Amino acid sequence: MSGGLVLAALVVWAGGWWMNARLARMRARPGLGLAAPVVFGVTVLLMWELVVRGLNVPGAILPPPSAIGSAFVVNGGTLWEDFVQTFLKGALSGYAIGCGLAFLVALAVDRSGFLKRGLLPIGNFVAALPIIGMAPIFVMWFGFGWQSKAAVVAVMCFFPMLVNTVQGLAAADRMQADLMRTYAASPWQTLAKLKLPAAGPFIFNGLKICTTLALIGAIVAEFFGSPTLGMGFRISTQVGRLALDVVWAVILVAALAGSAFYGLVTLLERAATFWHPSQRGR
Amino acid sequence: MRSLIPILTILAAIVAIWYAGAVALNADWARQQAERQERVLTFSELVAETWSQDRPRLPAPHQVAVELWDTTVEQRITSRRSLIHHGWITLSVTLAGFAFGAALGIALAIGIVYNRAMDMSVMPWVIASQTIPILAIAPMIIVVLNSVGMQGFIPKAIIATYLSFFPVTVGMVKGLRAPTQMQLDQMKTWNASGLQGFLRLRLPSSMPYLFTSLKIAIAASLVGTIVGELPTGAVAGLGARLLAGSYYGQTVQIWSALFAAAALAAVLILAVGAVEKFTMRRMGFTR
Repeated sequence: MSGGLVLAALVVWAGGWWMNARLARMRARPGLGLAAPVVFGVTVLLMWELVVRGLNVPGAILPPPSAIGSAFVVNGGTLWEDFVQTFLKGALSGYAIGCGLAFLVALAVDRSGFLKRGLLPIGNFVAALPIIGMAPIFVMWFGFGWQSKAAVVAVMCFFPMLVNTVQGLAAADRMQADLMRTYAASPWQTLAKLKLPAAGPFIFNGLKICTTLALIGAIVAEFFGSPTLGMGFRISTQVGRLALDVVWAVILVAALAGSAFYGLVTLLERAATFWHPSQRGR
Repeated sequence: MRSLIPILTILAAIVAIWYAGAVALNADWARQQAERQERVLTFSELVAETWSQDRPRLPAPHQVAVELWDTTVEQRITSRRSLIHHGWITLSVTLAGFAFGAALGIALAIGIVYNRAMDMSVMPWVIASQTIPILAIAPMIIVVLNSVGMQGFIPKAIIATYLSFFPVTVGMVKGLRAPTQMQLDQMKTWNASGLQGFLRLRLPSSMPYLFTSLKIAIAASLVGTIVGELPTGAVAGLGARLLAGSYYGQTVQIWSALFAAAALAAVLILAVGAVEKFTMRRMGFTR
């Protein structure tokens, strides 16, 4: 019985491999780009299910996808409340504050070559530091609620966004800047008509990096203290109870939220920087 | 050198803001203490008080510096109070995870570049997984591996590996695809074998991309290690110092652990940068 399931997993793997090899040899056609990853994903899920059931892996180590799915449905209400607490309140507000502040500071920094030369290396350096370690300090300062998570997220988003925006604002050509000058454009006009559009791809790059950071920051900050709800709180408590199907359901929520957030920013990017070479020819 | 003065100016500004912030955040506590002892603080007394509390809301820079000095130079390296001891634990896991992650990332990238089926099916998932907060499953990995009898080094190294292999894969795929069609055709006219094409053209031209992503990967590996040290009553490492500090309200300890982690990150990134410079020079890039 159990051996059969493992064997079935191997068959599924071979089948998935064969299908993707076939797909790879086919000529490009609309929808084909989507088919291969879907086949791969379904293959992985099926193999996971079959191997876990076949080898009788205890649910406390790795639950099968079906159990995760049912935990997702059964705990829907709790998961939604966790989502609201962590993502909508903590991550999104922190993201808005951090990115907004970084944008404004970048506008100010761009006016001064002195500040730019000083801030860019420091910003690049700080962006690589384990800022997530600030979480216990912010929990101490702002309490267990979502405010402390928003603060962690804001600080985490600030530096990548700052560095990207400052680089973007410097991206406009010298020639183009000179042209604006010959038009007698005011600094504000230069900013609105030349520098901001030219900075678009860089700004959106920063915004995209920050979507991932925001979710990570909000979840990890809850490991240091949170009210009795939130995705990080749910993960740490359910891990303690070895209810791993619920933990995986939370991870599913995080994955869906993270992908949707990233996708939304990508759509905005396409709408705002449609003229850029990286967005054309698709 | 041109940017040295601006950098130093901004660093000085940060330290000044920090001292001012320490006064603002710690003033309440200092005033309460003074009220209890029924004395009124003058401004200079208030400032002195706020910069020398035992458990301040925000320790002043010199307090952190003293704590760093005490826990590195003044302690024996083997002592549990030594920051070098904890730092070494974190560093060893980071390096192991980074080495595995880089190797895995490069292998996966080669597979993706040379196998179209893998490119079409795996690559979208590698990119999609970037949008998932991988750190969130760190506690689960630790607990699960703990229940099958693995403790300490290996679970943390797995998390570090997991975090560091994505940037390497993405960067390396870009790098291995960097040669132009002209260059690939040229290799063909020279009758180069597939292996020669890889070793002489694709691999060398991927180096700048590889090192850029290695710098990201080693920073990610460090973050993964620190977060991996948090759950299950972590006992050793910089992450454990952070958690213990937050449990007992030892703010100075938190800040010194943070600075140690930052210094570690800086040293690791600089080390990768030095290897990059050396490799680039040997390869004839003059950058």
